[in-house]
Amino acid sequence: MWDYTEKVKEFFLNPKNAGEIENPDAVGDVGSIICGDALKLFLKIDKETNRILDAKFQTFGCASAIASSSALTDIIKGKTLDEALTVTNQDIADYLGGLPKEKMHCSVMGREALEAAIANYRGEEKPVEAEEKIVCECFNVSEEKIRKVAIENHLTTVEEVTNYTKAGGGCGTCIPDIEAILKDIWAVKAVPEKPKALKKLTNLQKIALIQEVIEKEIRPRLQGDGGDIELIDIDGNRVIVGFRAMCVACPMGNVTLKGIEEKLRELVSADIIVEEG
Amino acid sequence: MNPIYLDNNATTPVAPEVLDEMLPYLRDLYGNPSSMHTFGGQLYKKIEEARAQVAALIGAELDEIIFTSCGTESDNTAIMNAVETFPQKRHIVSTRVEHPAVRNFCKHLARKGYRVTFLPVDSLGRLNIEAFMKAIDEDTAVVSIMYANNETGVMFPIHELGEILRERKILFHTDAVQAVGKIPIDVKTLPVDMLSLSGHKLHAPKGVGALYVRKGTRFYPYIIGGHQENGRRAGTENVASLIGMGKACELAMQNLDKEIVYLSSLRDKLERTLLQNCPDARVNGDIEHRLPNTTNISFEYVEGEAILLRLNEYGICASSGSACTSGSLEPSHVLRSMGVPFTCIHGSIRFSLSRYNGDAEIDKVIEVMPSIIQKLRTLSPFGKEKIKV
Repeated sequence: MWDYTEKVKEFFLNPKNAGEIENPDAVGDVGSIICGDALKLFLKIDKETNRILDAKFQTFGCASAIASSSALTDIIKGKTLDEALTVTNQDIADYLGGLPKEKMHCSVMGREALEAAIANYRGEEKPVEAEEKIVCECFNVSEEKIRKVAIENHLTTVEEVTNYTKAGGGCGTCIPDIEAILKDIWAVKAVPEKPKALKKLTNLQKIALIQEVIEKEIRPRLQGDGGDIELIDIDGNRVIVGFRAMCVACPMGNVTLKGIEEKLRELVSADIIVEEG
Repeated sequence: MNPIYLDNNATTPVAPEVLDEMLPYLRDLYGNPSSMHTFGGQLYKKIEEARAQVAALIGAELDEIIFTSCGTESDNTAIMNAVETFPQKRHIVSTRVEHPAVRNFCKHLARKGYRVTFLPVDSLGRLNIEAFMKAIDEDTAVVSIMYANNETGVMFPIHELGEILRERKILFHTDAVQAVGKIPIDVKTLPVDMLSLSGHKLHAPKGVGALYVRKGTRFYPYIIGGHQENGRRAGTENVASLIGMGKACELAMQNLDKEIVYLSSLRDKLERTLLQNCPDARVNGDIEHRLPNTTNISFEYVEGEAILLRLNEYGICASSGSACTSGSLEPSHVLRSMGVPFTCIHGSIRFSLSRYNGDAEIDKVIEVMPSIIQKLRTLSPFGKEKIKV
């Protein structure tokens, strides 16, 4: 049985914004009944301000697919289209208090439906299917999608790619192709990212940057393994964090602390010290 | 909330009589049956009593029963035994709808160079006999075909297949884990050489099983070590569980006739009413040849995990062939082999009953199911046109 959060259960049992919008301004239709999940997103958009006035969904799928759809509509209502496009699949998962890692593809489906709906509104053409290179035949997943989702979510293993896109989860024939794509992505990315000289920061900038790195770089990775941390305090160069979820009982706690410290030293300041509070 | 447990093909509750029988061997009588003192050695007799009870249920003789740790071990042992018996033969015949215990073991042997034929089934889950006749040849070391399917309850014509194989002198194993204790099986007349059974499917605890091996069949042990089970399965006996399994088989034998009538009428009521009250629902599998306790129903345009979690809110336990519940992203290999349409395959729900289910429980399912299906359908983008009619 899946370990769903209370939030997921709540959004599944009492979904918000379920249904159709009559005469919608935009529709995003992704997934298929064959693959086992599908989402149709309807938007009502204010033409003057480009603001999303209403969002509704119809979803065929499991509890986390329905909950993700519901969460998505909740998140984007009231946002402008440009603001809505900054919503990531991780935002959808976070809104639900996290999803089991095998179910992350449900949040990706939400993000895809949003993109499709906005493209539909803006009259952008959908990429022609024939031009896309399909990597996973079982679930009809393109190379483009694998690259995009892998980069956005820092995916480094085939298993993670399967959890987020379903690619490789069927017959498994495409697993070597997915490995090659991952190798390609991270081999190129790793080089230009390194030599980033750290700027001298004001205290305020430093605190903001530490918060950002923890939220965007560190927590998603820990959550991927069922763990989590909370930033408790920042005192000069001392960063005090508390272990949450699976991290609480994890015997690798010290290794995790060191990892967080390394990341913060790399991205914020070389003299950061991380401690458990 | 007491669960309404309708998932007995997954596992069954331990019968109270079975537990009572076992407890002394978990508390005070903890000896090792192989010991030379009475305290341990007396247990040997109890194990033989249990063996007699298991043997009686399927009409076997005492020394034709080997205790194992589970159905999977029995299946693996049986197939491996055939392979060891005929090292020159390199072909195995099975079906596309077997339990992973057989299916994946055959695939494992395929990777080691064996030729494996997985026989197809038709849309009702019935075996293609023509394909069976074509598949078996002089190179076939063993045919392993399940007695009854765990997902649909569909039973294969094991007797007829066995007669053909006996004539051709081909070793025949049947995985009867879902069948033993639910329907009468008598190996005195059933032409099989090996038959697997499992304790926890018939109200014994998990972690105990047995393999029937017909007298005169060569046997090579799979688990090697001590002299237990007459040197055919090493490892200190799981004494309490073997005793429990014996008692469970005795109970099954006593109750079999009346349970078949009871369970099939309860199951039929559930199935009939759900089909009446839920539009766009269909039964998967051959209802003419099916276990009395099982029904597999597809509810079109909705997804199985969502149904199960809503049933769970009422404490109702069932299972599904949907992808989201399989842990592998792919829906049930059984339903796919039957060519069940994709609009149905993800919304399949299996209810499997036991003697401990009552009328009121079935009524509860009948009461809540139509609104669950309807709610999920209003959420689903599919099937709208049909529902509006």
